Amino acid sequence: MENTSKISIVNLNVAAGKTQILKNINIEIPKNKITVILGPSGCGKTTLLKCLNRLTDLYPELKVSGKVMIDGNDVLEAKEDIYQLRQHMGLLSQRPYPLPMNIYNNVAYALKLKGVKKRRDLHKQVVSYLQQANLWEEVKYRMREPASNLSIGQQQRLCLARGLAVSPDIILADEPTSALDPISSQSIEEKFVELKKDYTIVLVTHVLRQAKRIADYVVFMYLGEVIEQGTNFMIFENPKMEKTKQYLGGTFN
Amino acid sequence: MYLLNRNQRHRVNYTWMIVSLLLVASLPFLLFLGLYLKSFLLIHDYNLSDLLFSKEWKPGIGKFGFFPFIVGSIWVTLLAMLLSAPICLLTAIYVTHYTKKRFLRIMHPAIDILAGIPSVVYGVWGILVIIPFISHYLGPFFGVNTLGYSILAAALVLSIMIIPFILNILIEVFQAVPIELEEAALSLGATQWQTVKHVVIKKSLPGIIAAFGFGLARAFGETMAVLMVVGNVVKLPKSVFDPGYTLPALIANNYGEMLSIPRYDSALMFAALILLAVSLFFNLIMHFFIARYNKY
Repeated sequence: MENTSKISIVNLNVAAGKTQILKNINIEIPKNKITVILGPSGCGKTTLLKCLNRLTDLYPELKVSGKVMIDGNDVLEAKEDIYQLRQHMGLLSQRPYPLPMNIYNNVAYALKLKGVKKRRDLHKQVVSYLQQANLWEEVKYRMREPASNLSIGQQQRLCLARGLAVSPDIILADEPTSALDPISSQSIEEKFVELKKDYTIVLVTHVLRQAKRIADYVVFMYLGEVIEQGTNFMIFENPKMEKTKQYLGGTFN
Repeated sequence: MYLLNRNQRHRVNYTWMIVSLLLVASLPFLLFLGLYLKSFLLIHDYNLSDLLFSKEWKPGIGKFGFFPFIVGSIWVTLLAMLLSAPICLLTAIYVTHYTKKRFLRIMHPAIDILAGIPSVVYGVWGILVIIPFISHYLGPFFGVNTLGYSILAAALVLSIMIIPFILNILIEVFQAVPIELEEAALSLGATQWQTVKHVVIKKSLPGIIAAFGFGLARAFGETMAVLMVVGNVVKLPKSVFDPGYTLPALIANNYGEMLSIPRYDSALMFAALILLAVSLFFNLIMHFFIARYNKY
């Protein structure tokens, strides 16, 4: 890769009790590219993503060791500044989870956490982020409604706007299109391709075609291990490992 | 195989469901009607507002003023809620959001044991521990001369009694908040406390109100433990160190005795009717708030 890496994962191990969820993960995630983490369900993709912004804190039973370096800072070591570190990463989860607030405040909450205080600034930025997520036109007269009134596809775009509002430089997406219809999925995918000039995107998915369409760099995982990683071309056109070939060929068991 | 064909079985089962539903739905009305008819004698002869707001309770000369009992009940209940609500809320948040799951597994049986202790035992404990504590330490500390049997004693015992009850519901309520929602808030840079305050509590507000509502109803109706420590003196309490009397205690202490006094029987039934009406009132308020905050 000619590009510099944004995130380096070094010897990452995660265990829950006696079960090892992630084994010796080493990945260099390139800057301003879409990195797709590919693999069957239960291979540890989501756990890997949660290590990146240390949401593993929410699961006290998990034991995490190793290093996750973002711009030279070890996320796993961080103490007080973990809250600010997390703001470098916008998160988009499998299903949209709008906060229990109205549409406006879902985005404004993120801005307030970042320190935006003036009402006028808040309003301007909320509008701008909703526009970036292609949602503004649909909600501009419904800003005071509970966010749960929106359709699932709209909620996912609201979550994207909320994630962008902390002005991160990384977007973490955990199968963000798995609950969406083809059209909403396509609009999210297009958005990602558009966003990668400003953001480093890490996308977890089990959808082969989606990976092939938008990935620059692919990491194939199986049972908590990285089997193979490389550029889109390397993985999809010329896979080296037997497991990867089987998964791509659909003869996996 | 069957005596009836499947369409007939459907109809029989359907009918049974309707009958059961009607039975359950009509119980409150029957209860109300029964109590009303039993207390009719009293309501017929007296002015309703006199009964509710008169302070004089002298059944021997036909004076039935329920105000001291109503006030006593409300004081004891509200004070008990005031003492237990913050404890329950903070404990539930801690065990569901700050500790390992193993801790909750140890806690749960402990809470269940507390919830299962008979109220007489709480009453005895109140007499042995709370009463001396108030008369020897708390009263003198505030410069009050008290025997210990007081509104405060009843509220303390009652708050301990309803804590496990409210706590169990609150833990369920907080566990029902999807963890992904917390992940979302944390990923935006919120601290754990901000996440609890702005997301978890807000999301579970209807459940929290329901938990406190049930606790309130339970505290209001609790008889035995309160009766043992509240003092049972018919007087308007001026401070929490004064003894008082509650509606359930009135019924439990007197029903079956002195029924030779005219209308006494009706008066006790009227007390039960007030109890039922107030419970219903609490319930309505609770449902109003639940509906109000249930939009998220």
